[in-house]
Amino acid sequence: MTSESQQPQQPEATGPNGNRKPLLSVRNLKMHFPVVKGLMRRTVGYTKAVDDVSFDVYPGETYGLVGESGCGKTSIGRCITRILEPTAGTILYDQGDGRPVDIANLRNRDMRPYRSELRMIFQDPFSSLNPRLPVLEIIGEVLKVNGIADGAELEARVRDMLRKVGLRAEYLRRYPHAFSGGERQRIGVARALASNPKLVVCDEAVSALDVSIQAQTINLLQDLQDEFDLTYVFVAHDLSVVEHISDRIGVMYVGKLVETGTVDDVFSRPRHPYTEALLSAVPKADPALRDAGKRIRLPGEVADPSDPPPGCYFHPRCAYAKERCRTEEPQMREIAPGHSAKCHFAHELDLKGVVAAETASR
Amino acid sequence: MTADGRNDPTGHQSSGPATPETGVGELSDPDVLGHAAPSVDIAGGEDEMAMLGQWKLMWIRFKRHRLAMVGVVLVAFFYFLAIFAEFLSPQSPHDYNRHYPYAPPQRLHLFLRDGDQLRFRPHVYGYTSTVDPASFRRTFAIDDDQIIPVRLLPQGPEYRMWNLIPMSRRLFGPVEPGAPMFLLGADRLGRDLLTRIVYGARVSMTIGLVGVAFSLIIGIIMGGISGYFGGVADNIIQRTIEFLQSIPQIPLWMGLAAAIPQGTDPLLVYFLITVILSVLGWTGLARVVRGRFYSLKTEDFVIAARVDGCSSLRIIMRHMVPSFLSHIIATVTLAVPTMIIAETSLSFLGLGLRPPVVSWGVLLQAAQSVQVIANFPWLLLPGLGVFFAVLGFNFLGDGLRDAADPYATG
Repeated sequence: MTSESQQPQQPEATGPNGNRKPLLSVRNLKMHFPVVKGLMRRTVGYTKAVDDVSFDVYPGETYGLVGESGCGKTSIGRCITRILEPTAGTILYDQGDGRPVDIANLRNRDMRPYRSELRMIFQDPFSSLNPRLPVLEIIGEVLKVNGIADGAELEARVRDMLRKVGLRAEYLRRYPHAFSGGERQRIGVARALASNPKLVVCDEAVSALDVSIQAQTINLLQDLQDEFDLTYVFVAHDLSVVEHISDRIGVMYVGKLVETGTVDDVFSRPRHPYTEALLSAVPKADPALRDAGKRIRLPGEVADPSDPPPGCYFHPRCAYAKERCRTEEPQMREIAPGHSAKCHFAHELDLKGVVAAETASR
Repeated sequence: MTADGRNDPTGHQSSGPATPETGVGELSDPDVLGHAAPSVDIAGGEDEMAMLGQWKLMWIRFKRHRLAMVGVVLVAFFYFLAIFAEFLSPQSPHDYNRHYPYAPPQRLHLFLRDGDQLRFRPHVYGYTSTVDPASFRRTFAIDDDQIIPVRLLPQGPEYRMWNLIPMSRRLFGPVEPGAPMFLLGADRLGRDLLTRIVYGARVSMTIGLVGVAFSLIIGIIMGGISGYFGGVADNIIQRTIEFLQSIPQIPLWMGLAAAIPQGTDPLLVYFLITVILSVLGWTGLARVVRGRFYSLKTEDFVIAARVDGCSSLRIIMRHMVPSFLSHIIATVTLAVPTMIIAETSLSFLGLGLRPPVVSWGVLLQAAQSVQVIANFPWLLLPGLGVFFAVLGFNFLGDGLRDAADPYATG
């Protein structure tokens, strides 16, 4: 973060959260995976899953990360929870005493005190629960390992947690196979929240559930957010879900954050052509609005993150691309207060958002 | 949640009167919460299933596997023979009788005709032997007139059970000690084949277990290193395995077995043979272990354990190993018959165990020539022992493999 061209970006100097200090401050985060080939496992290149991403997450809010599959949003979530070790960049986490700790550059061992504060809810409720452990031990593991509770106290806390996620406390001796997908995801939520965390990364937390269960789970998450004063980083590809739950969102394309702002701003007035295209693909539940916006079909394929195009990564597919886009990579610029986009023409373009029937009522 | 879908956040355009916030409010209502998890009320019968751990679930699945139960019975039978060989066999394996070389099998008769009455009196008929003056070959014929009574728990010569407990009664035998009773025939020295097959089970059935135990230890260590750490170590170990697997097995075993000097203590030979068998046996197991580590490393629940803050050791021991232990047990069970066959082949070729050790392979050595087989086919009977033992293990292993992952669907 010392290089001149990569000035630490300040996407939201002032935001809806005023001058509150961010809980999590991601700066110039990079996660590059080596591409190995051949018998000798030579590194022939890097897949830039996350490339120079910066954003802030404020306490108590839900920050949504959206984008297509493979755009690196899950990798960001995994860097924050340190499942992955970031290649470069910093993730400053405010532990509450005014001395933020850079969890991107901690050694695995030094990460352990923060494990109970930074938690994760997984996508797949089936593979994320160890089928060989009863619910008590699945949820209680974090309490036991971090020395938070043990024995009877641990059991009491797990019971309490089960009740909070809407499951019966008596189920704690059951094994995961006795539960349905939605119930399993509740167990996953209980596991993430058992240690009283500050930040929870929800990695596609509802994508594997069917729609009615999705709604329940999202309501549960919002309910618990209020109760425990939680901050969520909500990774999802489903824009409707993200719109519903998030306060602010970041849109990602091929490892880069292309636009960030409040949900209302981004949805009603997108500043990046990719966001516009994404929004146009959202299915509209109201038949009256069916013809309100034409769906934008992007030509071509998503760029290969190990071999991205020059200039703006989006230019080969962008309807508004000009010569400048082919050569010069745009920087993240604040277009309106709290609303930034990574496009040379963010000011000039008049992009279509979604008709804000619901957002207007917010 | 509700039929009109007004709390459905996925319909982002929904313009109903309810805002999403009311959905949140509703959820704290206990009534709705109960509603939110409708399938929570599992029927009483399944209630018990819900509390069962993986081993109990495996057992339930395993019990349904008919062939596996046949396998269990077979394997249990042979191990029962092996454990109680002294008591179950009618003689000592080294008792010989120079009057009855190659005596053919006798039939065991339970009833004796006494006038008009049938009486329960187990017996076998004795032999009359004639010697062909030209070839000096002795031929036996069953002689209906010689009745050799047989009983349960007869008094016989003293022996020591497991080399410890002095005993004099065996399960069954002729009432008169030393009377000829060869239910499965006799070998060249007039030794009872039944006795020797029972004793042979002891060596043949255990050599598989011991050999697999060695393979398992090497295999788990090598496979674990290979799978958990990956990288260079993985590369080296995998290439070594490929190298070992590309060597033809039998010649390698023969070469190694030939290196055991003649006159080595039989027990040491037994040990060395198992080591030789496991030199190649571990490779398959190491691959299985490595594969399991690899697939589990990226499994969500293992990552979840890392997010929980578990140490590497705890992740391996508590979250990974229990997940593939059952698969390892199944693989091991399927590896045992290979070992049994290997021991039999080596001993048959005269490179494995040698007399006076009694194993099925050693016994089959006596049946090497066509002439012997043609004249005294009962000498092939130890092969049946091998056959059923291997079959039993394979059935058992199949059943275990199917039951190994009780969470797999279908």
